[in-house]
Amino acid sequence: MIYMSKIGVIGDYDSICGFSALGLDIFPAENAETAGELLEKLASGDYGIIYITESYLKMLPEAEETYAAKMTPAIIPIPSASGSDGFGISRVKRYVEQAVGSDIIFNEEN
Amino acid sequence: MAQLNVNPTRMELSRLKKSLATAMRGHKLLKDKRDELMRQFLEIVRENKELRERVEQKLSNANHAMSLASAVLGKEVVNSALLMPKQGVRLTLGSKNIMSVDLPTFQTETKSDNPEDIFSYGYAFTGGDLDLAIGQLSEILPDLLLLAEKEKSVQLLAGEIERTRRRVNALEYVMIPNYQDTIRYITMKLDENERGNITRLMKVKDMMIKEQFENKQNV
Repeated sequence: MIYMSKIGVIGDYDSICGFSALGLDIFPAENAETAGELLEKLASGDYGIIYITESYLKMLPEAEETYAAKMTPAIIPIPSASGSDGFGISRVKRYVEQAVGSDIIFNEEN
Repeated sequence: MAQLNVNPTRMELSRLKKSLATAMRGHKLLKDKRDELMRQFLEIVRENKELRERVEQKLSNANHAMSLASAVLGKEVVNSALLMPKQGVRLTLGSKNIMSVDLPTFQTETKSDNPEDIFSYGYAFTGGDLDLAIGQLSEILPDLLLLAEKEKSVQLLAGEIERTRRRVNALEYVMIPNYQDTIRYITMKLDENERGNITRLMKVKDMMIKEQFENKQNV
């Protein structure tokens, strides 16, 4: 199964404006609510990867739940212009806990 | 001791024995599947962690450059410079199968091969800061794509591992013990019936012998 698809970026304008130069489709959103609506719209369209700033994704747990078991779209948090708040890493950590039962990848650091 | 609600018959016993054998085989297979999934998962999740750390680091650098650019040039200039992108990215979606879990693979195709095309503006009205920021972002793009692939794989694998683990546990701690207990119960019940039967036969035989003996004496 091979087909063409697009890449979307959702976030506040300052965080994502640079991606438009690379040819990704950017969708600025002022708040998490519009971001959620955009996310749904893109996911039902032909977007294979949706990057979304982590501050927005954090507030949309149920949207993430919906697409967790589907192969596409891949919803990937990226840090916003104000910097990373560790949500992206803690998300990966959560998957490790879900699969293994306890965190065996990240606990070596602390 | 939990046993199923069945009649203690020979038919039921042989049926249960067959089910138990199937459950045992399924359990072994699922356990192997879980172990292999786990191995793959740990491999991918390690890569994922490294990638994410790298991408977040680079992205924050690029974001710094970007905010510097918009501070120096003014927001309007940056916005209008980025208004009409020349470059376009198309995503080719494939899939890869690991232990019957479909994982996505992403490949990109850029609209134009000229690496200069990420700069969608004339250089006359913008400064070097913006070029720097865009350049940094374009360097991140391959990593960002790989990150998407790995992270989605991690997400899908985690779900599948959890499901498989539940099934393994259900078989190991519920189904198989239940079958074993029920089989033991039926065997014991059948044995008990057998013993009862033998005693009854012996008793009847004794009674018949006694009767014959008495008949002979009366004659």
